[in-house]
Amino acid sequence: MDVTDLTACRMRDALRARDLSAADAAEACIEAIDRLNPKVKAFLSTDAQRARRRAAEIDKRLDAGEDVGLLAGVPVAVKDNMCTDDGQPTTCASRILQNWRAPYNAHVVERLLAEGAVIVGKTNLDEFAMGSSTENSGFEATRNPWDLDRVPGGSSGGSAAAVAARMTPIALGSDTGGSIRQPAALCGVVGMKPTYGRVSRYGLVAFASSLDQIGPFGRTVEDAALLLQATAGHDERDSTSVSETDEPVPDYLATLDEPVAPLRIGLPREFFGEGLDPEVERAVRDALAVYEGLGAELVDVDLPHSTDYAIATYYIVATSEASSNLARYDGVHYGHRSSDHTDMIDMYMRTREEGFGDEVKRRIMLGTYALSAGYYDAYYKKALQVRRLIRRDFDEAFETVDCIMGPTSPTAAFRMGEKTADPLTMYLSDVYTASANLAAIAGISVPCGFTEAHLPVGLQILTGVFTEERLLRIARMYERETDWASHAPPVCEGAS
Amino acid sequence: MSGARLIPTIGMEVHLHLATRTKMFCACAVEYDAPPNSRVCPVCLGMPGVLPVMNKRAVELAIRMALALGGTIPDFAQWDRKHYYYPDLPKNYQISEYDQPLGVGGYLDVPLDGKTFRVGIIRVHLEEDAGKLMHAEDGGASSVVDLNRTGTPLLEVVSEPDIHSAAQARAYGEALRLLAVYLGVGDCNMELGQMRCEPNISLKIGEGPDGTPRYTPISEIKNLNSFRAVERAVAFEIARHREEYEDDPDGYTLEHLGKSTRGWLDDREQTFLQRSKEEAHDYRYLPEPDLVPVVPDRKWVDEVRAALPELPETRRRRFVEQYGLPEYDAGVLTADREVADFYEKVAEATSDAKTASNWMMQDVMRVMNERKVGIADLGMSPANLASLIALVAEGTINRSIGSDVFAKMLETGKSAAQIVAEEDLAQTSDESELEAVVDEVIAENPGPAQDFAEGKDKAVGRLIGMAKKKTGGKANPNVVREILVRKLRG
Amino acid sequence: MALSRDEVLKVGTLSRIRLTDEEVERFAGQLSSILDYVDKLKELDTRGVEPLAHALPIHNVLRDDEPRPGLDPQKAVGGAPDSTDTLFRVPRVIDDGSSA
Repeated sequence: MDVTDLTACRMRDALRARDLSAADAAEACIEAIDRLNPKVKAFLSTDAQRARRRAAEIDKRLDAGEDVGLLAGVPVAVKDNMCTDDGQPTTCASRILQNWRAPYNAHVVERLLAEGAVIVGKTNLDEFAMGSSTENSGFEATRNPWDLDRVPGGSSGGSAAAVAARMTPIALGSDTGGSIRQPAALCGVVGMKPTYGRVSRYGLVAFASSLDQIGPFGRTVEDAALLLQATAGHDERDSTSVSETDEPVPDYLATLDEPVAPLRIGLPREFFGEGLDPEVERAVRDALAVYEGLGAELVDVDLPHSTDYAIATYYIVATSEASSNLARYDGVHYGHRSSDHTDMIDMYMRTREEGFGDEVKRRIMLGTYALSAGYYDAYYKKALQVRRLIRRDFDEAFETVDCIMGPTSPTAAFRMGEKTADPLTMYLSDVYTASANLAAIAGISVPCGFTEAHLPVGLQILTGVFTEERLLRIARMYERETDWASHAPPVCEGAS
Repeated sequence: MSGARLIPTIGMEVHLHLATRTKMFCACAVEYDAPPNSRVCPVCLGMPGVLPVMNKRAVELAIRMALALGGTIPDFAQWDRKHYYYPDLPKNYQISEYDQPLGVGGYLDVPLDGKTFRVGIIRVHLEEDAGKLMHAEDGGASSVVDLNRTGTPLLEVVSEPDIHSAAQARAYGEALRLLAVYLGVGDCNMELGQMRCEPNISLKIGEGPDGTPRYTPISEIKNLNSFRAVERAVAFEIARHREEYEDDPDGYTLEHLGKSTRGWLDDREQTFLQRSKEEAHDYRYLPEPDLVPVVPDRKWVDEVRAALPELPETRRRRFVEQYGLPEYDAGVLTADREVADFYEKVAEATSDAKTASNWMMQDVMRVMNERKVGIADLGMSPANLASLIALVAEGTINRSIGSDVFAKMLETGKSAAQIVAEEDLAQTSDESELEAVVDEVIAENPGPAQDFAEGKDKAVGRLIGMAKKKTGGKANPNVVREILVRKLRG
Repeated sequence: MALSRDEVLKVGTLSRIRLTDEEVERFAGQLSSILDYVDKLKELDTRGVEPLAHALPIHNVLRDDEPRPGLDPQKAVGGAPDSTDTLFRVPRVIDDGSSA
């Protein structure tokens, strides 16, 4: 049995039964990372020694019969925009934070540690989570395990690829406009964006504060549910995290295998329009047919503001907030400082010139422009008004259907460099995902097949706010009828 | 416009540090003399990934101040980010409230030269303070930053331009400070930088052809560290605006030149230009996405309003009317809320408001100033003081012995009666005893005795003083005076 | 919505990002085409629509006024590019009073 073939849930069961030691689980991942990361480049940093020490400590406690937690001994990877106070840097894949060591742990990291997880490393991302291919990383571009000449998607490309290539069973990512769901689709894994406010953002380096959310990657829906369970819940350090009284965290695993019936599935015309790759559409429609076979009803719905308008809205709201959130990177208190400057202002200007990549610069400038004197009403305020329209679209749709489905991404994984010439081309990768962030609702991408070129396709399922439990059950209904999770990418078999 | 009256039109923006234990958005302690960067955490350092969480007490104090100013608390208040780059502002934005503040409207009645004038309040809002930038001790190559102060809760009070002179500006600042201290909203020690006043000054030129008022450009003055500086800077600016206008009446207007920011140089007693209208910051306000709006519960607001103490100006007026005190006394006594509370108990117990006031000012407050303590730390209760005053009123002891007894009461904690008994301080009113003393005094002081006999009233003071000396201070001065009159003026 | 070279430089300064001439050219073109795209929002009638700034109807998240220990000075300034033992150090600032 190859330990890395086990899902997190199976590993967890074996660890509890003491059929598997945490040390062996960690070692298997360390070995897989050593073997595969040079090709896939999913990880920015790892600390094998620390992981081994931690695993040994967990083993001791498990051997003593202690209930160590939901993730006892299970290896996890963390996207490198979440603060870890463990000696590893937290870089956000940016040269401006290249050597920065966070003096505190993100809330989700505290939760992972409290539940006994073994953190195996920090994964690559588009710089400051800005991108849809991980090509914007300030250090290196992650490769898609299914075809190393193609992108894994982004911005959580490292986490998606690490899970797909079985270097770790589960990983955390962040989703602002689709940054978990889209790479999940392109890498053939499960990726979920919880409702805004479900998981604390304390310690997640902010990109767009009103859109960012941390979520799980796993090869199965059950694994995603497990990681969500470990990280969801109120945090008093995040004023936007929902309270336990208002929205208690249910037991996602307990009800996972209960189908939702009757099930009314909304299909927005807007998600099946121009720009959608026919092979992607075919795989998605096949998945919908599986749901019909289970008794679900397919219903046409309208989300008139959810695609192009959503992208436009997203690129105003997200860039405006980003320009504000990234103002702090100035070389004064932490991070990179330019060594060659004449005065204070020059220091700021050169530090940020040197430290930020092109996409980050573009978005900061776009956001600064949108917020500057005289433009606020035309851009930011207007965008927030359209945001309300987008939210209303979903509210109205969810009055008649239980969920909305469609393709996660308009295409399967594209080639490295294919969309980098024109930023707008890349932005359109988020065309089906960004509206969910703007409306704050929950969404998941599950694998639903492959293209002719054997590239994964993802099915996106969206449900209303704080309905993760039902969302996971709906996803599980389909997963139970299919077997995409058992496919491993060629890179795992040693083929490159 | 020649011959037009130029009316100084001044609005004040005052920032006060709130009397909270922790910062506005994190749980770091607010302390004024902590070692550099020892009261900081990832949140107030603006580190990647951190988030702000509102301080409940700061919100409560802001509501208290807004209500005391007669303002209203809107149903909905929102935080905003105000962006500018500076090394003492780690996030390079300040969390403040832009267009939906915690309190709107109201007014403050300000006493000045025996009258009061009213200043309207536009708004009251909360924000966080920045850190301290200092020059390094390396001969000028660097500056250094201490972020202890970053995140300290600030209350900003913005007034209407209802102030029309330098003296009024100062009086307003002082009255606002007194109110804040009274309410326990802030300690407002200007030397510690706990209160900062920024006057906005222009001159009203008159009215344009369509009846709308016309103004000179507005100057906002920063770096004022004392009320004296406020008064001087405002006076300087009024004169400067006047000069500039007279030099160029067509060009020197608000439409042409807008608002500029000027700094005050205390040693040179003048202002200098810091930022012109063109260089004004573009703050790029953004509703703060990390903080949820404040929707003050009406019940809570009503509770805060009900708990408001009597405001200092109201109390001052009441002391004049109810106790018949002169304006000056009333002002002194109400300048400190605890002193005023103490006084009222004493006045009630002795039924002599004026005497009680004199004791407060001459004895109690003198010792407070000498020892630099508050009235609560003196170790004297209103009842004890009242009984001391009664002993003097009854004639058991005279007034100057009374002061001695007061000092001994503070020292020993004993009651007035106890001390008088133990030290045999009761004054001598026995006529026959005092007659003998008076005879001696007259014999030993023929000059003053002669003066008094001839009608010079002032001389009696010296004679009474001598009699007191001979009796260890215990001679009842009134009886001594009677005897002197009898003997010398027949 | 074509951005001129001057506007790009102005935005660059406002963003505190130094731009080379080549970047000004390139970004001017890219930003202009993005702004053209987002201009499509003008097609929508949003009169009377309340802006949605906060995704969830959460209000009044308030913290008790209880102090907690933070970082010690060495840890606070330790990650800084330049510092003394306990203070952050920056190039000399000519005080134009940029503090609000």
